[in-house]
Amino acid sequence: MIKILKYSFYDLMRSRWSYVYFLFYLLLGFVLLFLNNDLSKAVITLMNVIIVLVPLIGTIFGVMYFYNSKEFTELLLAQPIKRSSIFIGQYLGVAGSLSMSLVLGLGIPFVMYGLFESNAIWDFSLLLITGAFLTLIFTALSFNIALSNENKIKGFGYAVLMWLFLAVIYDGLFLMSLIVFEQYPLDSFSLAATMFNPIDLSRTLILLKLDISALLGYTGAVFKQFFGTYIGVVISFVMLGFWTLLPILRLSFKAKRKDF
Amino acid sequence: MIQVDNLHKKFGKNQVLSALDLKIEGGGIFAILGPNGSGKTTLIKSILGMVVPNKGSISVLDKPIKSGWKYRQEINYLPQIANFPGNLKVKELIAMIKDLRQKPSEENKLITLFGLEPFMDKKLSTLSGGTKQKVNLVLTFMFNSPLIILDEPTNGLDPATHIKLKNLIKEEKAKGKTLLITSHIMQFVEDVADEIVFLLEGKIYFKGSIEALKTKTEQTNFEHAIAAISSN
Repeated sequence: MIKILKYSFYDLMRSRWSYVYFLFYLLLGFVLLFLNNDLSKAVITLMNVIIVLVPLIGTIFGVMYFYNSKEFTELLLAQPIKRSSIFIGQYLGVAGSLSMSLVLGLGIPFVMYGLFESNAIWDFSLLLITGAFLTLIFTALSFNIALSNENKIKGFGYAVLMWLFLAVIYDGLFLMSLIVFEQYPLDSFSLAATMFNPIDLSRTLILLKLDISALLGYTGAVFKQFFGTYIGVVISFVMLGFWTLLPILRLSFKAKRKDF
Repeated sequence: MIQVDNLHKKFGKNQVLSALDLKIEGGGIFAILGPNGSGKTTLIKSILGMVVPNKGSISVLDKPIKSGWKYRQEINYLPQIANFPGNLKVKELIAMIKDLRQKPSEENKLITLFGLEPFMDKKLSTLSGGTKQKVNLVLTFMFNSPLIILDEPTNGLDPATHIKLKNLIKEEKAKGKTLLITSHIMQFVEDVADEIVFLLEGKIYFKGSIEALKTKTEQTNFEHAIAAISSN
């Protein structure tokens, strides 16, 4: 598995897109710091970008890489390598290189701005960790979609729809159900609804840590009231862990039963 | 060497293999023949574990292959279509496969044989179909394994390379190896094969020597014999 990971990772490091992604974050980091002129404020703006953009990039990159490496996969399948190692290795290669672009691209400008002397360092680290989690989750989800769909156009469509649903539509439905059922106690419902969407979960997690009550919203407030900041953060992380692990398990389960 | 029992495989509604039994003892060249869509590639891919059968069992080198993968260390496989990651250079691809297999290999001899030296630093996406097939052949023959499976090895090869390939196959046979070959070029099959395995509608329709096939179909020409057996 380590070898497959290594080859996938090198392959991506040589492709132009990893650098485009890296340069994009580098630029974003510098621009945000230049405009905000304040580390903590830049972290908040960055959160909104990361929460939406990182899943999108993870999804598109994951699907694209999976379909593009079809030849590589077929070549490997005839070699003495375990099937799950092939797919998990490729997945870790993609998710790893994307996470690295994110962490380095954003890390460099913030470190240059004097992150280590500021007290925003923990908020910023949390932001990067969440971003890495979102990359892992959405790459895994998109790999699942690509594995289950031979047709590239269909696979691409489903993957983009999944992102659209989790990033935009889910929140709309959630908000509407809160309005429709406002006579009922909605605490447990909104807690559960947050857990079932990794994007909402990440947003709540970061806002809990930043402790900005104005931005917390209903779910965040319920979260904080229910768990308190500390346990809330721990539970969010555990849920993000599940969100990463379950698609990976399905990937290795499905890969074992597929014909090539 | 290879034992296949009661193998069933369906792709959607299309029953490709049904109750196929096959026993191949070690040593010699076995040609797997049959009309288009008769299940040749599916049978080969089942033996390699790339296709998961619906029913039945397969043993390679006296070990059941179910959910195993280490047995592939003993198989050299030439896929039908030479599909390689296009952004790799030829020498990188060879180095990668060597790294993955961790077996002694003699790729230099084969590179010289097929005249691939000028292409070693070229990317695979820039190579012609025939050159890709040569790279494919190098990757297949560079390891020393007791079982060699070739799916349409003559695809896209020029006559000179064709002859080199035939000699290579005969050399491997002389070392006591087992070779499974599929091909639609009957002249090639007649030249190299010791035994014919004829597939029709997902079953073994005939298994035996070329002579036995000619006697059975009452034909003197091998190509006609194959045509006769397919139409009966």
